Amino acid sequence: MSAGWNTRRFIAMLVKESLQIGRDPSTLLIAFVLPVVLIFLFGFGVSLDTARTRIGVSVQDSSAAAQGLAGDFQHSRWFDVVAAGDLPRLQDDLVAGRVRGIIVIPADFGRRVLHGGGDIQVITDGSSPNTASFVAAHAEGVRATWAASQGGRTIAPVVAIDARFWFNPELASRFFLVPGAIAIVMTMIGTLLTALVIAREWERGTMEAIMATPIGMGEFMATKVIPYFGLGLGSMAVCTVLAVTVFGVPFRGSPLALLAIASAFLVPALGQGLLISAATKNQFVASQIALITGFLPAMMLSGFIFEIASMPKPVQWLTYAVPARYLIPPLQTVFIAGDNWRLFLPNIGAMLGFGAIFFTIAMRASRRRIA
Amino acid sequence: MIGGRILAMIVKELLAVLRDPRGRITLFVPPVLQLVLFSAAATLEVRNIDIGVYDRDTGAVSTEFINQLAGSPNVRHIIRIGSPAELRAAIDDGKVIAALVFDEHFSRDVVAGRTGTVQAIFDGRRSNAAQIVGGYIERIAASVGAAVRPQLPGGRSFVSNWFNSNLDYLWFIMPSLVVTICALSALSVTVQSVARERELGTFDQLMVSPLRLHEILIGKMTPPFLIGLLNGTLYLIIIPTIFGVPMTGSILLFYLALCVFLLALIGIGMVVSSIAHTQQQAFLGMFLLTVPMTLLSGFATPVDNMPGWLQIIAQSNPQAHFMVICEGLFLKNLPAAAVLASTWPLVLIAAVTLTAATLQFRSRVE
Repeated sequence: MSAGWNTRRFIAMLVKESLQIGRDPSTLLIAFVLPVVLIFLFGFGVSLDTARTRIGVSVQDSSAAAQGLAGDFQHSRWFDVVAAGDLPRLQDDLVAGRVRGIIVIPADFGRRVLHGGGDIQVITDGSSPNTASFVAAHAEGVRATWAASQGGRTIAPVVAIDARFWFNPELASRFFLVPGAIAIVMTMIGTLLTALVIAREWERGTMEAIMATPIGMGEFMATKVIPYFGLGLGSMAVCTVLAVTVFGVPFRGSPLALLAIASAFLVPALGQGLLISAATKNQFVASQIALITGFLPAMMLSGFIFEIASMPKPVQWLTYAVPARYLIPPLQTVFIAGDNWRLFLPNIGAMLGFGAIFFTIAMRASRRRIA
Repeated sequence: MIGGRILAMIVKELLAVLRDPRGRITLFVPPVLQLVLFSAAATLEVRNIDIGVYDRDTGAVSTEFINQLAGSPNVRHIIRIGSPAELRAAIDDGKVIAALVFDEHFSRDVVAGRTGTVQAIFDGRRSNAAQIVGGYIERIAASVGAAVRPQLPGGRSFVSNWFNSNLDYLWFIMPSLVVTICALSALSVTVQSVARERELGTFDQLMVSPLRLHEILIGKMTPPFLIGLLNGTLYLIIIPTIFGVPMTGSILLFYLALCVFLLALIGIGMVVSSIAHTQQQAFLGMFLLTVPMTLLSGFATPVDNMPGWLQIIAQSNPQAHFMVICEGLFLKNLPAAAVLASTWPLVLIAAVTLTAATLQFRSRVE
């Protein structure tokens, strides 16, 4: 093995590796079809914005007040009243999941309202905690609005909150989900695809065959990785265009910043893929490990959907070892808020640091196996 | 003997899956590891938040507000801010998720009987978490208001949360993880089965053996089925004992639904496996299906929130149906009729996918 650099050899290898990728339909499927599917799913399907929730209303009182309140629930923009009637039947609906909550207006409701009371009961389906707290909050909202409209007993609040949501006043969850999906796509290409493809070469012995040629280790690794780097950036670009044109996600930063952030992330992602393939040399094991150490952490431990600060301490420490954790904040910022190099640079630094570590270990692992 | 041949085929396939010690480990350790890790990570509660405070009032009421804020179990640090520029930087850099501004006459307004207004600025990049934090701040505002100026009690809503009275997110996430992890492990074994033999060239050997088509198919489908059952059993034991999430429903119904669910998945896996030419294509094909299936299962967000056309597509997703069954059986003691109502779509999906797998497999053989 000679370490001498030879530009012609390097380019020839690069072309060979790129052709190899271009000829495999499954690779292109993952690099371009899956990203598009993902962006559409995150843009349309996975929405944290709450829609109308199906509830049942049980009115046990015939007074005008009870009927009026029940009518307000019918017309509320938060609820779809799909069932009404006696409580036991509604409770069966709740168990079967046909309704997510039950509002009970008790028998003496009208009488109590006249005496300054008027309680209602709200039963929620705790098996989906988010929907349950949503139902509870909005049911109280409907009741309070109704109560306020009765006889003008409105009292101005003592302390009011004037809330402003910067960057995303409409509070559209796709604004942060779609950039997050781009992070997932780049992890998929960088780690999963790279680990799988290179593990296959180890498995088949073509890796050793090439190592027996005069090409240097670093040069060889570079020719393996650069095409995937290009593939990763390419599908990132496709996703970005889709996010902005189809889903109306704002792009307030500069393309240069996005390029810098994405490139910095691809370094540890590719390094990890290379490391996994060199350490396992088996497609099945490599795919499983890439899934568990690359894809799932990028989904769950990166702060993309779940807040890192809310996790238990040991899990929070673990997130520091997940490169995607450093990608999500700058990526969301470059889309929604604009360029902020104070936030970008430390994260880019962390990603490159991880990349250096992964590549060093991957090189050593490959070398040791050969010797 | 036909039975003996099938048995031999099953043993051969099991050996193929379990022979490699690393392969063995990746089948059982990661599912449990994922269960532990993701149960801890997957929370939509917002805790340990840092909130910025720009207090230009420093009166009694704003101090009371800040004290209550600092005392909230969800708040980790209160960060004092001295100027609008500092506030902007704190939000921009993601140092705080929200910043409160008390203007000079806030306390005076409240004491004089007017409404005191607190300006709250949130980081909209994390709009979901920000909204939840907004809820906490509203609650503190109401509590400060009640402390300063008690009001007449009116009507109230009494809320009872059934099936999960503390709205513990873990209780929701655990049954969902059973669905997603079972699906992942069963599918990843199935898709390799035919593709690996074709890549290695041993598929032709199998074809010239006296084994009949259905015997090969049954032999290929048994290992992922057994692995799925084993993982399901493991979760059934771990979740109530270690995580304290109750299993209120019928175990028998759980196994019934799990079996149909696994058959539906294995059918999908076999189709992918017999289309693919290599293990790599098989794995990537599986991945292409698993990700949308998981996202549309109601795991991350309720199926109810999706647009109508996507809800119809979600009906063909085995994970979505098994999710309803799993959540129901663990938490709600779902009655048999309701379990069956979600099981028959699974039977239908299984029938379609298994038929497709058989046809696809036969066309490969011929």
